[in-house]
Amino acid sequence: MTAAGTPCFHCGEPIPRGLVIHARVSGRDEPVCCHGCKAVAEFITGAGLGDYYRYRDTSSSRADETPRPDRWAAYDRPELVERLTRAEPNGARSITVLLEGLRCAACSWLADKALSLQSGVLDVSVNPATARARLVWDPAKVRLGDLLRVLEHVGLRPHPLAGEPSEQVALLERRTALKRLAVAGFGNMQVMMFAVPLYFGDAGGMDPAMREYMRLVSMLVSIPVALYAGWPFYQGAWHALRARSISMDVPVSLGIVLAFVASVWNALRGHGEVYFDSVTMFVFFLGLGRYIEMIARHRAGSVADALARLAPVTARRLRGGQVQDVQAVELAVGDELLVRTGEVFAADGVVLEGEGRVDESMLTGESAAIAKPPGSLVHQGTQNLAAPLKVRVAAVAGNTVLSGIVALLERAQAERPRLAKAADRAAAWFLSRILVGAALVFAVWWYVDPSRAFSATLAVLVVTCPCALSLATPTALAAATAALARRGVLVAHTDAIEALSKATHVLWDKTGTLTKGLVRVEEVRPLAELSAAQALAWAGALEQMSEHPIGRAFLASGQPAAAASGVEVHAGRGLEGLVEGRRLRIGTRAFAAELQADQAGGTRPASVPGGDAAEESWVYLGSEQGLLAAFRLTDPLRPEARDCVAGLAALGLRSEIASGDEAATVARVAARCGIDAHAARLAPADKLARLKQLQAEGAVVVAVGDGINDAPLLRGADVAIAMGRGSALAQTSADLILVRDSLEDLPHTVLLARRTQRVIRQNLAWSIGYNLAALPLAALGFVPPWLAAIGMSLSSVVVVLNAMRLSRGSTPRRRPEWPAVRQPEVA
Amino acid sequence: MEILYVLIPLGLVLVAFGLWAFFWAAGDGQFDDLDSPGWTVLEDDARPEPTAPPRPPDEVPPQ
Repeated sequence: MTAAGTPCFHCGEPIPRGLVIHARVSGRDEPVCCHGCKAVAEFITGAGLGDYYRYRDTSSSRADETPRPDRWAAYDRPELVERLTRAEPNGARSITVLLEGLRCAACSWLADKALSLQSGVLDVSVNPATARARLVWDPAKVRLGDLLRVLEHVGLRPHPLAGEPSEQVALLERRTALKRLAVAGFGNMQVMMFAVPLYFGDAGGMDPAMREYMRLVSMLVSIPVALYAGWPFYQGAWHALRARSISMDVPVSLGIVLAFVASVWNALRGHGEVYFDSVTMFVFFLGLGRYIEMIARHRAGSVADALARLAPVTARRLRGGQVQDVQAVELAVGDELLVRTGEVFAADGVVLEGEGRVDESMLTGESAAIAKPPGSLVHQGTQNLAAPLKVRVAAVAGNTVLSGIVALLERAQAERPRLAKAADRAAAWFLSRILVGAALVFAVWWYVDPSRAFSATLAVLVVTCPCALSLATPTALAAATAALARRGVLVAHTDAIEALSKATHVLWDKTGTLTKGLVRVEEVRPLAELSAAQALAWAGALEQMSEHPIGRAFLASGQPAAAASGVEVHAGRGLEGLVEGRRLRIGTRAFAAELQADQAGGTRPASVPGGDAAEESWVYLGSEQGLLAAFRLTDPLRPEARDCVAGLAALGLRSEIASGDEAATVARVAARCGIDAHAARLAPADKLARLKQLQAEGAVVVAVGDGINDAPLLRGADVAIAMGRGSALAQTSADLILVRDSLEDLPHTVLLARRTQRVIRQNLAWSIGYNLAALPLAALGFVPPWLAAIGMSLSSVVVVLNAMRLSRGSTPRRRPEWPAVRQPEVA
Repeated sequence: MEILYVLIPLGLVLVAFGLWAFFWAAGDGQFDDLDSPGWTVLEDDARPEPTAPPRPPDEVPPQ
């Protein structure tokens, strides 16, 4: 008997009470939660890859789908593979595959090894940072379909990215950014070294020739920093100006260019201040922040990737009575498709034949299947759950509903309207003050001494701009981003940190955020003489015929059993059918019990709790002999949800649920999380309306979501947070991604955002204050050069050290604690 | 102090060499994946190669 609460050996999810399934792993029996996990664990160890379980540092994703060997059938056909993949030397082919469920270095090791063991595989490189694998294989020796099947069998869901030039582009972008960062870093170190004698040289009586020399060398080193490392900022500023807007890049570029030009001017003519140290440090820290941000964004993936995961690459076309596997891009309007049970529609279309039931949750968020009789529309990316359908294609490629959504998101991502607006305000504020100040100085000097007006104005611009903007903000943001990344919170847009520090409300989409988002069989309680596994098998056989989400919970847990026959659906009550010659019913208690001829014998089992009934749903299996078993189904609440809501409330953030689910379910979850405000049965548009309403009342709203139906909500929110295991589309519209798929770190993230804002303000106050105090004094000759030198370097050091405080106290957390059973001993 | 006129250019040459090495490494993909190479040393080299490559078990889909 499995002890209650034992986690699954493979995926770490709790094993349904009463269910005993063991996987044979390295000569030991390990408890697992379902047959999917059993198959994966046994396949992994059977292939000699059991080390995976020793090295991984997060649990694997649940193998809740039975692998379907025919899913990859299209990839077995050489002529199709040829078009989908790239040619390599010696007749080999290569393809990039996105691996869903790849979460740690051990996972990538597993994928690498499992593929390398196949004959015909020439090269595998798995990148855990981007969850992509590049495969090179010999088509004469192995079929691509087999390789994809191997990946699926080790529990990683492969998504072949046809063509996929964007990955190569992203890789080059990362490399180039790293090079620019290196130039800025090396340059900055050198210039700093030369700056010390320049600061202190006067006190020690450095001869003027040496001073001149130092300044010229600094200039030489700064040239590549300003031109090469700073290039992206000028590009960004130019794009913004051409679009008649002001982005953060504009004042940044202005600062770099002015400080650099003024320094070069002064270095060449031999007198006046040089600011090469400020320029290089500015470029380096800004570049560092941008680099970290870019890595996070690449990790989150592009919208194009999201589409690749949703829409199938192949389809089955009916032509002249024959079924052909074709590429989805080859489909044309008017083609007839055959879509089997469990397959995803490759295009929008009209049902011609078959009584379909379709899961449209990815478009609408509605979890119940929707009936699709002949004549109704089906959409690309949705899944056919019931009978095979014949569909006539009505829209392909760019004209489908799905690609419409994706295009919308892509545009929103490119324009980043909400973020740009916030940055605009800040930039405009700085720019206007600085420009007005500089103009005033110029006017005054023009009146006093026209020959010095230009240099004085430059000095003002140079000194105010870099000092106020350069180190204060970028160092703090870079430190905060890095500290968050160590805790598994990816920051895709650093501007979100500012918004998060001001947040007043949190809008939750219930499913997948507060709850785990998967209905599962939590407990099996046999009520007659039969084993839990037997009960599950029978229930699974009946539920195979159902498209209700509850039915899928059974399919995930149960062993595929003999098919049921003559299944009748009693709406709202349950199912009835023949399994292995037995008449069985599954559904509500009354419905299941009614099957028994002798009603009086149907005693209510004392063990079935009544109190819990409010929180979970019980489903009963009954035969003609009486009730056989009870199953407890839940969409389990995340264990940390309550603490997270309480933690956020302690920080002054009000939580609110906006869910598309039933009112009763939402109310239950809200009560258990301690949330007062909740609204149920909301369509995505209603959620957005609620968000706008809150924002209109002056609230700064954080939205937490995981599904595609949350994407509009996330896009509208001031800060969008997506769950690590949520849909790819939700992640692309998010500012922050909780990679560990846990809410635990959310309150801390808010706290860190506030500390970051505080540090930025302190830094700004310090540098502006220092400059305001020191500049006039120095200009009037009250400060000796050595004191100015100490003050100047001290000023920078204070700013950097202050920012570094953010990364302190956030050392990586304890590793996840796994019970001893999950660490098999080395055989 | 005149030695600085030699030492600083010498230092700059070294920096240039370091940068060149870094550029080469970045272009060669040395920084593309900083996590997984660390795991490869933990692998047991002596693991016997399976005689036949593992094949996915032929599963019968439900229904």
